[in-house]
Amino acid sequence: MYPRLIPVADCGLLVEFGDRIDPAINTQVATFDRDLIARGFQGFTESVPSWSAVFVGFEPLVTDHAAVQRLCEDIIATMKPGAAKRTRHEVLACYDHDFAPDLATMAEKTKLSPDAIIAAHLAGTYVVGMMGFAPGYAYLDGLPETIRLPRKTSPVRGVPKGSIMLAGSQCIVSTVTMPSGWWVIGRSPTRILRPENHPPVLFDMGDEIVFKRIDRKTFDALSAEENA
Amino acid sequence: MSRAVFLIERAGPMTTIQDRGRFGAQRYGINEAGPMDRAAYRAALAALGEARGPALIETSIGGMALRCIQGDVTVALAGGGFRLTIDGETKGSWCVATIRTGQRLEIKPGPWGSWTCLAVAGDIVAKPWMGSVATHAPTGFGAGVLKTNDEVVIDNARFLPEREGLLPFPVTGKPRDHVRVVLGPQQQFFAPATIEQFLTTNFTLSSEYDRMGVKLIGAKLSIEGALDMPSQALPRGSVQVPGHGDPLILLSDHQTTGGYPKIAVTIGADQDGFCQLRPRQSVRFTAIAPEDAIIAARSRAKAENAYLERLRRRTNA
Repeated sequence: MYPRLIPVADCGLLVEFGDRIDPAINTQVATFDRDLIARGFQGFTESVPSWSAVFVGFEPLVTDHAAVQRLCEDIIATMKPGAAKRTRHEVLACYDHDFAPDLATMAEKTKLSPDAIIAAHLAGTYVVGMMGFAPGYAYLDGLPETIRLPRKTSPVRGVPKGSIMLAGSQCIVSTVTMPSGWWVIGRSPTRILRPENHPPVLFDMGDEIVFKRIDRKTFDALSAEENA
Repeated sequence: MSRAVFLIERAGPMTTIQDRGRFGAQRYGINEAGPMDRAAYRAALAALGEARGPALIETSIGGMALRCIQGDVTVALAGGGFRLTIDGETKGSWCVATIRTGQRLEIKPGPWGSWTCLAVAGDIVAKPWMGSVATHAPTGFGAGVLKTNDEVVIDNARFLPEREGLLPFPVTGKPRDHVRVVLGPQQQFFAPATIEQFLTTNFTLSSEYDRMGVKLIGAKLSIEGALDMPSQALPRGSVQVPGHGDPLILLSDHQTTGGYPKIAVTIGADQDGFCQLRPRQSVRFTAIAPEDAIIAARSRAKAENAYLERLRRRTNA
């Protein structure tokens, strides 16, 4: 049944590799996305990868669904998922009490100590499974089983930018202050959204992320530097 | 170099500076932003002889008023059936006029339309964000939302008396209560009867309408099976169906991804007209084949280019 290629209005083709969040499917997505960008085509506007699908955008004045479909089928036939080396990034994490409003509740719910939750979070190696929702929001998949919780029943307003938030198998480091129903356990001074650069986000689809713990003093010093 | 400065005396809640938009960054969660009625945006610029590119002011049915506190500059209004007045004198709906130092310009909602564009013969000074000044209203990224007492500075302000007067109104500038869609890409989440319901209902635009999109009322579209779809790209114009069953049409400030199924996506050729509907007005959807959506895009572009060329060449001489 997969991959499935579905026309979208007059501007794109959706290439679906599955219907669930699964690392193997997500690797196919990352591979297809990379190969598509490397190939490109006349009228190509953008590739928007997600957990299990890639939206291939095109300019209807230049090309059409059938031509783009042929090219995508060709990429699928020749792609080698997993062959590419993943770029690894280190993201700094401060778990200071002030930055971790949900650590105590998470400890209650998981029956782990706050330190054990932090240790589990630090032990994970995460993969950028998709980006979306807001500018620079990278969904990092790979949270250890022991600290997985469904999101809160209702979102909390004004979760500060830089918050390290968990839900299900995923972790996000927020880049703008926004409402969120995820569990906030720390804050990062690492600048992920950096619009003056190309690309504007530190990570790309399929990259590998690890967290490195810093204390409050280091966090404050780095934040002061950032705001200087 | 001549400069003009506008002091915003009153700005409706959805008054922003926009340019064409910020393209190609949806993979980073960054949407296009840009004008709601893209053809009106292009018409306002063409009316001043500009081919493309610069920033302008977009406002909605809240309207706006500003005073020119320095310089003289010619402006153009296009989009919707709004009314432009200068010192109380009505200049028209789609029109070109000049505002001089001390004069007050007002944009009032007319009988129809939801969005209008005020272009200036000059360069609005605004700080770009990722190469574009287009305002992403939810985060304020880009040039930003205009508020009372803000100043808008225009460099290279020009006086173009030969362009003043009413603009020809394009047929495509009207609100569109009959919108063409291509079904999918998540048809599997909807029973055939639900798709039929979507295509036969007269929906009404709710008051939940902003730059992100609009919620429609008329039929609760039920989703088949568990709502367990992984988030995926959510292009502009998508008809997304959340758990409550009232469809949402995503517009300029749409989120780049979403986890609710899309029953259909509206075609680009009909999105501008759709945006000009007002809350409480009704809309119907017709499904067309993807090949026909391409044909529609091409024929609309051809007609629009001819119209824009007419505007660029137009003088009142």
